[in-house]
Amino acid sequence: MGTAFWCIVEDDRKGQPKKVMAEVLTEAGRLSGGQAEAVWLTDKAAPDGLERLAEWGASKIWLLESPALAPYRGEAWVPVAAALVSARAPKAILGPVTSRQREFLARLAARLGVGFAADTVGLELDGDTLVATRPVYAGKLLSKVTWAKTPWVASLRPNVFKAGDPQPGRAPVVERPSFTVPDATLTLVERREEVSTGLPELTEADLVVSGGRGLKGPENFVILESLASVVGAAVGASRAAVDAGWRPHRFQIGQTGRTISPKLYLGFGISGAIQHLAGMRTSKVIVAVNKDPEAPIFKIADYGIVGDLFEVVPALTEEFKKLLGK
Amino acid sequence: MKILVPIKQVPDTATQVKVGGDQRAIETAGITWIISPYDEFAVEEALRIKEKRGQGEVVTVSLGPDRVKEALRSSLAMGADRAIHVNDPAFAEADTLLTARALAAVFTQEAPQLAIFGRQAIDDDMGAVPAQVAELLGWPSLYWIMEEAIDAGGKTIRAGRQVEGGLEVFEAPLPCVLAAQKGLNEPRYPTLKGIMGARKKEIKDLKAGDLGLAPAPPQLSVVRLEALPPRSPGRIIGGEVKDAARELVRALREEAKAI
Ligand SMILES: Cc1cc2nc3c(=O)[nH]c(=O)nc-3n(C[C@H](O)[C@H](O)[C@H](O)COP(=O)(O)OP(=O)(O)OC[C@H]3O[C@@H](n4cnc5c(N)ncnc54)[C@H](O)[C@@H]3O)c2cc1C
Ligand SMILES: Nc1ncnc2c1ncn2[C@@H]1O[C@H](COP(=O)(O)O)[C@@H](O)[C@H]1O
Repeated sequence: MGTAFWCIVEDDRKGQPKKVMAEVLTEAGRLSGGQAEAVWLTDKAAPDGLERLAEWGASKIWLLESPALAPYRGEAWVPVAAALVSARAPKAILGPVTSRQREFLARLAARLGVGFAADTVGLELDGDTLVATRPVYAGKLLSKVTWAKTPWVASLRPNVFKAGDPQPGRAPVVERPSFTVPDATLTLVERREEVSTGLPELTEADLVVSGGRGLKGPENFVILESLASVVGAAVGASRAAVDAGWRPHRFQIGQTGRTISPKLYLGFGISGAIQHLAGMRTSKVIVAVNKDPEAPIFKIADYGIVGDLFEVVPALTEEFKKLLGK
Repeated sequence: MKILVPIKQVPDTATQVKVGGDQRAIETAGITWIISPYDEFAVEEALRIKEKRGQGEVVTVSLGPDRVKEALRSSLAMGADRAIHVNDPAFAEADTLLTARALAAVFTQEAPQLAIFGRQAIDDDMGAVPAQVAELLGWPSLYWIMEEAIDAGGKTIRAGRQVEGGLEVFEAPLPCVLAAQKGLNEPRYPTLKGIMGARKKEIKDLKAGDLGLAPAPPQLSVVRLEALPPRSPGRIIGGEVKDAARELVRALREEAKAI
């Protein structure tokens, strides 16, 4: 068995690794004593993308480059990755929770016959085993899990693990093993891009502004959007707001929506139902604005204002503008 | 077209869950059990496919202890034709891979043309079983499905999966595994007639041996379940709206260093 911790690269589909990889590589480096290796399946890697991975802590990059690997299809990726695993025997295989890796890592673990821990928020070595911490029951409890054998396969919740400082100028060590991609039966027929809001993607954002039934109607989300654009936040919503048709489902935060873990979450007119908390309770700092002092969201908020959001949001927007010199 | 829908029974989202005596599972006394919400989307979609095509069979399958019959009964009341209950203490501590092995064995016996799962079970929140069943069977899988359409001949399916920044529509040959995302449909409630009719429908019981599975330990096991660490108590900022807003922004910058 080898000692390296592999990190499956998530990229922007244009040859650049996403910044969440800094978190995964830092964590892998910490656990392996500096043996964090990136494994990049892609149709085309940009040279400065390779540099970025090295700066973020990849001691080696396994580059698997082929047009047949794009778009992502489990049937094409899993055999390629599994072949490299049997040749090199990594100790662990980690990746960020993303739309494709949540499927890929699960399939890969099944192919390898090993355990898979999804959506972990903590990883620690206990002697020679790895123990992962994961929220379960909609985040109401934490579960510590461990593996029967290596490689340990796990996905890491974005924004939870700390990214170390990049090491500029660190040269990438790139290995290009030979491989063959099996034919995939899936074909991509269409990609529908969302109309860009100009705001960050919900699951990747450091700051999230979120609105609930208290917004009273779809037209009022404008005030949240202007607050969001001042601070550079993504805009999310409660299920009540989504079910009312005020926001598309992809903006829903919670048990049946997206799980987010931003540095700062600001909730307006959201009561804080248990299913909503499931999607945001690992946020670092939580702010709640609600006119009902008994709203359950205040129980988990670090800061709260009891008041009418239609007065508080504009006042907050002004204060943030002053602070940020906008 | 035969459609298999694996459903998991989970604690109702609103119930309190507490760590049980052995520190590795929850205290089950007093819990209300439901079909995992995403699995209801899966059952609904399967019923709609059958209705649209005017023929077919919808079979639900669940792995779990005796109480799971109730969830299967509810799926039959929604309109599923029959159900399969994999009930064996050998699976008491099953991880996703062991669960997937058992389900894959059911698939091999039943030979469905399509399988629809929920995107994740809301107790363990893994989201792994659909992909793992697909991998064990060598089938394609499509996650977080928001829409689907099967060609008239019943040979291929088009399904749109939610990804960062959009929707990707893939075409796959059948058989194939789908994992349902919220937004796919609005699940129906069982009608009284459905509930009455469900009593007469078949629930087949299977043991590990019936599936040709030898006992195997899980690959991932729970060491300990823990309550959440308490959050330090928060602060309500009072006063005039303008002053409160100013104080909040100051606190976010200077105390919390969040902006
Ligand atoms: C299986 C299941 C899954 C679910 N999944 C999710 C999920 O993923 N995400 C989710 O969010 N919910 C989910 N829910 C729904 C959840 O239980 C709640 O119903 C929902 O979160 C309520 O949304 P809300 O807080 O916006 O609305 P409400 O609970 O109606 O709260 C509105 C709040 O706005 C406040 N308010 C009103 N006017 C103002 C004003 N002018 N200024 C300030 N405050 C004001 C009110 O005091 C109130 O607290 C799920 C439920 C179930 C059963
Ligand atoms: N014990 C089980 N019985 C039947 N189906 C299951 C079981 N566990 C998981 N599934 C299916 O797999 C999906 C994902 O589960 P999980 O990977 O545990 O989050 C669920 O939504 C179900 O469709």
